[in-house]
Amino acid sequence: MTSTLSAATSDREAYRATLLELARADQRIWCLDSDTGGLEKVFESELPGQYVDLGIAEANLMSVGAALASTGLLPFVNTMAAFASARALEQVKIDIAYHALPVRIVATHSGFSAAHLGPTHHAQQDLAIMRSLPNMTVMTPADAGETVRMVRAAAYLPGPVYIRIGRNAVENVYDEDADFTVGRAVELRSGDDVTIVAAGSYPVVFALEAAERLAAQGIEATVLNMHTIKPLDMPALIKAAGTTRGIVTVEDHSLLGGLGGAIAEAISVHRPTRVLRVGVADAFCARPGTHREQLVAGGVSPEHVIAAARAIVTR
Amino acid sequence: MTVQAEAVTADLFRLERVALAVRENVLAIGAGPIGTHVGGSLSATDILVALYFDVLRVRPDEPRWDDRDHFILSKGHASAALYATLAERGFISRDELVTYGRATGRLMAHPTLSVPGVEFATGALGHGLSLGVGLALAAQRALRPNRVFVVLGDGELQEGSVWEAAMSAAHLGVGNLTAIVDRNRLQINGSTEDRMALEPLTDKWRAFGWDVSTVDGHDFAELVPALRDAPGGGRPSVIIADTVKGRGVRHLEHRKQGHFAKLSPEAYERALAALRAVA
Repeated sequence: MTSTLSAATSDREAYRATLLELARADQRIWCLDSDTGGLEKVFESELPGQYVDLGIAEANLMSVGAALASTGLLPFVNTMAAFASARALEQVKIDIAYHALPVRIVATHSGFSAAHLGPTHHAQQDLAIMRSLPNMTVMTPADAGETVRMVRAAAYLPGPVYIRIGRNAVENVYDEDADFTVGRAVELRSGDDVTIVAAGSYPVVFALEAAERLAAQGIEATVLNMHTIKPLDMPALIKAAGTTRGIVTVEDHSLLGGLGGAIAEAISVHRPTRVLRVGVADAFCARPGTHREQLVAGGVSPEHVIAAARAIVTR
Repeated sequence: MTVQAEAVTADLFRLERVALAVRENVLAIGAGPIGTHVGGSLSATDILVALYFDVLRVRPDEPRWDDRDHFILSKGHASAALYATLAERGFISRDELVTYGRATGRLMAHPTLSVPGVEFATGALGHGLSLGVGLALAAQRALRPNRVFVVLGDGELQEGSVWEAAMSAAHLGVGNLTAIVDRNRLQINGSTEDRMALEPLTDKWRAFGWDVSTVDGHDFAELVPALRDAPGGGRPSVIIADTVKGRGVRHLEHRKQGHFAKLSPEAYERALAALRAVA
């Protein structure tokens, strides 16, 4: 599957194709839509008995998903990250997380990927919100190929899962099929000076670009793709803290409470080391622009990663 | 009296007796260490008794039986009435009721999954009807016999999510779903009509595509047939049950102050005497 995805494939398209593939093989896998546009063509047309469109009503969507899951079904619930994590949060917290039900929330338009649509549709808080819910597994893929592997793995995890994907095609990180284990970071590059930990499509791309440019300056970075935010891969982080001089985190999320926050919380307990966070400043985005332009304006770019890494190494 | 009429009367008498026992236990829980939502528990008691003793297909010794009817107490603050009813029906022991709110027990002030017979933890208002839609849809698509009954508070209908659920239930045509509104006309701050008016309530549900009926929520002769006959067809049903907050304890009836109470020993004795005087 992965090898057939071109560089132009978005996480969304990869997800939809994978969901259909899973649902064909297992009638317990249902697709719950909320007028998101596309799933009615890709999924409902082929498997109408496993598809429900609940309209533009995300609170009801989450509760219906919970109830379906309580009967033994495996519903994939579809909405934008902004609505999954804020508008429908109480239903996610109580009906899904409190009951530890196997609902898979697939949230698109994460971070700044809604770009010009503006702060009403941006989701810069969802990792912080979702990882604070007991029982919730929280993941975000680096590219379309990893989306496929992640969705396959998520389908049969016990308990609820939140998968955060983007809106647009971003360049591929992986050339070919790779291993994927929930909760285990992927080492994309090895170096002794500093560890860059990234999650999500642009952040991993930025981390790799920064590592290349740092190498040219004589600084060798390990790059970890921390696709699972909860549970965090603590062995990988402890190893990073022990073998390099510090950790730089990179995310398309508020500086408060996301990947960087999670790592800082955990590493301060288990293996204290310096952690510098590259994330979006604590402010609503003020101007239109592309996803990448908004990230750069918000404080997330290869240059920001390089500056943080140099600050750790030259300290 | 005909033989059939005698049987019906005997059955109503049986339900009245169970309801009295439930109300006594609601008061006992109200006299416990944390008190309880007495008013809304007493208004919902007859609805719960009618459901659990005459309508729901359930197995107390097998709470997760596949073909069971589902019940959701969306107004989860009436937990005392639910637990007392579950105890009378044999899901839990009557002795356990004294553990309500105690750290050593499992009877939280809002229902939780750890209590046999409870399908969903409720109490944050506005969730139960959506959960009912999901359960009803799963049964409908699988051609399974399960019916779904959801008890809502009338004040709860002020939550917008209730109407998302109502819209979807009618759209999906889940005729196996029945909602019962405990229409006691009081919320914490006073009359529902003074605080956030619900009327015309039957028109609202009809406009959302539901079959609507109105019954006296304390008359088993009206409640039981309405609950038995509600499910079926291509549309969800709602029964507006006209009730009295604090029902059965004269000095607590129609009083917003009875919404939540921690009864002193004297208040408990007085309430119990008032309850038994009219029973």
